[in-house]
Amino acid sequence: MNFWIPLLFNAVLTGAPLMFGTLGEILTEKSGNMNLGVEGMMYMGGAFGLGAAYYYEKIAGESANAIAGLLIAVFFAFLAGAIGALIFSFLTISLRANQNVTGLALSIFGTGVGQFAGEFMRVREGGYIAVGAQMKAIFQNSPFPAVLLNIPVIGKLIFGYNIFVYLGVIIAVIMSYLFNKTRVGLNLRSVGESPATADAAGISVTRYRYLATVIGGGISAVGGMIYIMTIAGCVWNHEGLSGEGWLAVALVIFCLWRPLNAIWGSAMFGALMILYLRLSIPFIPNQIYKILPYLVTVIVLIITSLRNKKEDQPPAALGLPYFREER
Amino acid sequence: MDGAVPAVKMRDITKRFGSVVANDKCWLDIYRGEILALLGENGSGKTTLMNMLSGIYFPDEGEIFIDGKPVVISSPRSAFDLGIGMIHQHFKLVDVFTAAENIILGLPGKLDIHAAKEKIMDICTKYGFVIDPDQKVYDMSVSQKQTVEIIKVLYRGAEILILDEPTAVLTPQETDRLFAVLRNMRDDGKAIVIITHKMHEVESLSDRVAVLRKGHFTGDMLTKNTNIQEMTNMMVGRPVELNIKRTETVDPKPRIQVQGLTIKDAEGTVKLDNVSFTANSGEVLGVAGISGCGQKELLEAIAGLQVVESGSICYVRDNGEKEELIGKDPLKIKSLGVALSFVPEDRLGMGLVGDMDIGNNMMLRTYRDSKGIFTNRKDPYHVAHQMVDFLEIVTPSVETPVRRLSGGNVQKVLVGREISNAPTVLLTAYATRGLDINSSYMIYDLINEQKQRGVSVIYVGEDLDVLVALCDRVLVLCGGKVSGIVDGRKTDKRELGAMMTKLGGMTNE
Repeated sequence: MNFWIPLLFNAVLTGAPLMFGTLGEILTEKSGNMNLGVEGMMYMGGAFGLGAAYYYEKIAGESANAIAGLLIAVFFAFLAGAIGALIFSFLTISLRANQNVTGLALSIFGTGVGQFAGEFMRVREGGYIAVGAQMKAIFQNSPFPAVLLNIPVIGKLIFGYNIFVYLGVIIAVIMSYLFNKTRVGLNLRSVGESPATADAAGISVTRYRYLATVIGGGISAVGGMIYIMTIAGCVWNHEGLSGEGWLAVALVIFCLWRPLNAIWGSAMFGALMILYLRLSIPFIPNQIYKILPYLVTVIVLIITSLRNKKEDQPPAALGLPYFREER
Repeated sequence: MDGAVPAVKMRDITKRFGSVVANDKCWLDIYRGEILALLGENGSGKTTLMNMLSGIYFPDEGEIFIDGKPVVISSPRSAFDLGIGMIHQHFKLVDVFTAAENIILGLPGKLDIHAAKEKIMDICTKYGFVIDPDQKVYDMSVSQKQTVEIIKVLYRGAEILILDEPTAVLTPQETDRLFAVLRNMRDDGKAIVIITHKMHEVESLSDRVAVLRKGHFTGDMLTKNTNIQEMTNMMVGRPVELNIKRTETVDPKPRIQVQGLTIKDAEGTVKLDNVSFTANSGEVLGVAGISGCGQKELLEAIAGLQVVESGSICYVRDNGEKEELIGKDPLKIKSLGVALSFVPEDRLGMGLVGDMDIGNNMMLRTYRDSKGIFTNRKDPYHVAHQMVDFLEIVTPSVETPVRRLSGGNVQKVLVGREISNAPTVLLTAYATRGLDINSSYMIYDLINEQKQRGVSVIYVGEDLDVLVALCDRVLVLCGGKVSGIVDGRKTDKRELGAMMTKLGGMTNE
């Protein structure tokens, strides 16, 4: 128990940024847009989320409200990702640029913007940028009262996480309901599966793709902010975020484009990411553990393509631009 | 019906794609309680015209009236609102959705699958469809998918239905069922347009015929007042008799001997079942059959591109020596000195590289013969220039990417390249599909020319008139089996048509 409970607990915490990155990308990919810029959007979300919380606290001074700080951080992180995704959408949907190339460009661009903004703030504020203890607490502590937290084992495992873990689960459930039980979801899926069909049925492919991509990009970027504000300890850390976005892209495949799978999938990826801290097998270097998430993704890809079940395949039109009058 | 207000009136409709005029000042009237057959050759603009009615394309010029009122159809949705529904040749369905989900796709309101299913079953009973609303589309046959498409349109309350070549993919039995349903709908007062190439269907089903030629409207009339000859003349624009030159065979000797050829596809479906025949040098062997009956597999097997289950394909040399082709890839076959040329169905997929120019496409065939480390570019470009002149290929230059050429010119490049190799066996699949009359005749002439050179030509075609007129012998495939080989000079298309469906009819008994 001394091994498993802390592992599970920390796995969920480590997976929380991934869960957001993944959920955003699932929403995007369901519309048929393959936005490989998750890495860039998460960097932007991280830098701007931290910056927003920090400057809010600085300007408001004594009257700073921690909850307002949290909302502002979420808002600006979302906005940063949404703007990145909007650039992507404009290039790929309106101008029909190649999605892979544009996504990679957004990754590089977003990483650059995030790094610049983060480093600029850090240097300007005297080499160190961090929010106050009260603000930190609201980002990192459980939102539940101590009564619940004090229940042995379960208290920590169910109620002990920061607020973003619960928020992520709620978003996953809402997305799953949206995809499967509502007309908007049916329309969105049809746009990702067969845009020509959706178009002939009177659904605006352009509008669905723009909205899904922009909102998805925003959700992904919030994941970057969560990383900075929880795991990195509310401090700008230009190394830590690196690779999160790519893991999220892999996790989308691992989850078979289903939001509910992202809940346990992100926890599992989280566990694989921190396994090296808790388990050391002689002669096996730590770095080996870090490839485990990717290895698992490859195995899942192989298994799903072998089973060849239609429902487990990516959206059929994923990565393809749509132009109505194409002959 | 004259004197009644047409359900749809299209006036002076013009649509251009770049410099190509698809429709030029077209007129069309569609009446309620009638089935209108829209006729025209390939590329005459039938589908484009109907796409403008269903909101897929927007006309550059002209007016559309619905029940006498001028309307603007700017999107598929506005077409629905006007009661227009189109069933496309390539179905627009989402594979991973159920029938019911596909049918209600894009409609406003709350998602209520149960209510939708009830309404679907009502429509089915009313017109005589059979369908399971919970079945996923990827599990459906072509005819079931078509049914879903039609119900989808009816579900939206369409009063005007357009069907683009609905019978092209159906078996005769399925066609009969579809026609019964269409007649029910007509009797219910709906206006129906069907686009088709099959003249006997026009005669048996339609009440009125409208003809397009090269984007122009040439006239309409009641079906009972016309006949196939008149309709064909209107389509082509001059009295036509498909009089294709057929030269005498030249010293026919066995060239390709196929014995007991059986081919299965990746899913294990039998595509060719124990096929045996001989193709002779100096003659044209036609291959007829409903599309998808194994023609593609047959040609690809001879060309060395298909995995064969069992059987043998022998190439017979002039001196009588035999060479087994099965198990050899195209390169190996070539190295044996067997000159095979293959004009595949998928021109820009299998035949040519669209982004490369004519000269480079010529090089695909010859670059291996270059000596040294550099490829020989001069000769292929020289041949390309000759070919452009000789076949009258319309292109800015031989350096133009093949993709930019029109369908007919692409086909000329492909056939020209294959012929320039001086083949002893020429395999062609749907060589004139999508080509206008002039280009088609040029291809027929080229084929006859090859025959004169003593080449064994295997010609897979879909137009029975052409097969009967061009080929010396015709092999008829039905469901992957040979239902017979007939003499092209003695047969007619009625016999071929019967043979094409013979096996299918028998298995259904």
